[in-house]
Amino acid sequence: MKIAICSGPPTTGKTSVLRHAIRKLIDKGERCAFLKIDVQFAEEDEQLAAEFGIPTRKVYSGELCPDHCSVMVLGDAIQWADENDCSILLVETAGLCLRCAPYVDGGLGICVLEATSGMNLPLKVGPMLSLADVTVVTKGDLVSQAEREVFRARIQDVAPMTQIREANALYGIGIDPLVEAILETPDAHDDLLLRGSPPVGTCTICVGKREVGWQAHFGVVRALDNQNFYRGQ
Amino acid sequence: MSEIESITIIGGRGKDGEPEPVERIDLQMGNVASIVGPTGSGKTTFINDIEMFADCDTPSMRRVLINGERPPREFRNDPSKNPIALITQHTTFLSDLPVGEFLEAHATVRAASGKHPDDMIERTIEFANELTGEPVGLDVRMTELSGGQTRALLIADATVICDTPIVLLDEVENAGIDRTRCLELLRRQRKVFIFVTHDPRIALLSDFRIVIAEGRVMKILGTNEAERELATKVSRLDDVLSRLRDKLRVGQALSGNELEGTLA
Ligand SMILES: Nc1ncnc2c1ncn2[C@@H]1O[C@H](COP(=O)(O)OP(=O)(O)OP(=O)(O)O)[C@@H](O)[C@H]1O
Ligand SMILES: Nc1nc2c(ncn2[C@@H]2O[C@H](COP(=O)(O)OP(=O)(O)O)[C@@H](O)[C@H]2O)c(=O)[nH]1
Ligand SMILES: [Mg+2]
Ligand SMILES: [Mg+2]
Ligand SMILES: [Zn+2]
Repeated sequence: MKIAICSGPPTTGKTSVLRHAIRKLIDKGERCAFLKIDVQFAEEDEQLAAEFGIPTRKVYSGELCPDHCSVMVLGDAIQWADENDCSILLVETAGLCLRCAPYVDGGLGICVLEATSGMNLPLKVGPMLSLADVTVVTKGDLVSQAEREVFRARIQDVAPMTQIREANALYGIGIDPLVEAILETPDAHDDLLLRGSPPVGTCTICVGKREVGWQAHFGVVRALDNQNFYRGQ
Repeated sequence: MSEIESITIIGGRGKDGEPEPVERIDLQMGNVASIVGPTGSGKTTFINDIEMFADCDTPSMRRVLINGERPPREFRNDPSKNPIALITQHTTFLSDLPVGEFLEAHATVRAASGKHPDDMIERTIEFANELTGEPVGLDVRMTELSGGQTRALLIADATVICDTPIVLLDEVENAGIDRTRCLELLRRQRKVFIFVTHDPRIALLSDFRIVIAEGRVMKILGTNEAERELATKVSRLDDVLSRLRDKLRVGQALSGNELEGTLA
């Protein structure tokens, strides 16, 4: 089975892009499964199930970073898609954590950005962009050709290896190259690895200790008058 | 691909799915065409199809050929190889970069070999400032430009920086720029120009008019001898109106016989 993981800031057009891709993939005889990972609300699974009659699911990551959540659940998801006799698993993640990227080696990583988001956005989204195989730029219909081209160059500066494809996700124009990239992705092997390194997560607050004051914590801590220091348990 | 000699649009279908009456349009280098049709008829859609090198993958199902062939993908994926510049209907920029920085970035993106970006940026600003009454400066943020300044800068960018063999312009007349000067500057160059327009002066200035209704290209009208003669008069009339407009703009009172002799 092939795996394509799609990430990008909210409302950039991830679902719109995937919707057109799914239609075209189904036309080519592929059987798609769709998984949505979001923090606290999503309805893409219901929409796409109603539209295409394909198996869909969602998970809410809650206090977990959606990309970490993706790492946790992807194994189960592949099994689920397999049981449903699917040939392609498409995952849409909220991409809210700008320190992580959900892409795996052996699967296709798709980043969706909108041309309307300002020239500095590519500098701000981190590994979600720099580790993507394909970057789809949507909403080019809302800006001038000149701005589209400069935006594109800014992306390529940050992510020299990513293939940039412009698409109008309202009408599904420019989706074919993405569909080809999905079809060219080899079937995923068993031991998938997260692409890139996740950010350091050594902080006891992050892992749930809520007591106020550094005395209650360990690892790398900090007092008002001091720089970070290490405190063992 | 070598020199661009022609561009062809193979007809698709209209909003209702019916096929377009005009099945094929061929434009040669040096041709000037205008697109005319009621508002909402699909003029912008038509030139957007061209800019995207539509290949049965847009709602109109049109196809675009360059030199009679399907254009290579690099036209879409590498702006420095894209032979088309499109000046869209937009009158605002979303980018908050200063004008100079933006133009430099775009010049680098579009850079064909042998052109010097610094000189290009200067010439772009000069060109833009010939079209607008309010000069554009290099340090102003793009988002602060007025509608007219935005269009002037886009036209200048397309002409000087992109300098492509094919130029598409969506309603230049709505821009609050010096139209006469704009047409004069543009027509000096041997390119394919396609103007979407509601303006009789621009429409009559072109070699032919592509008539659109309900998303379909209905027919193509060559500008005939009588229309060409009319065109000079229309231009004169238009110049008179422009002068009136300028006077009003700078706060002058009009004399009452401003139109004397012009309508003869
Ligand atoms: N061939 C077509 N097939 C399907 N939809 C079309 C077609 N042509 C135009 N449309 C749709 O019609 C609508 C209006 O088209 P468009 O914006 O191109 O009109 P226009 O002539 O440029 O109007 P205006 O003069 O107001 O700028 C758009 O939503 C467009 O998608
Ligand atoms: N104009 C325009 N709107 C788009 C485009 N792509 C997506 N949208 C709109 O952007 C909004 C958010 O899209 P959605 O796919 O839900 O984004 P997601 O949150 O990333 O999944 C919707 O209203 C879409 O119709 C595009 O290419 N052009
Ligand atoms: Mg979505
Ligand atoms: Mg229009
Ligand atoms: Zn994270």
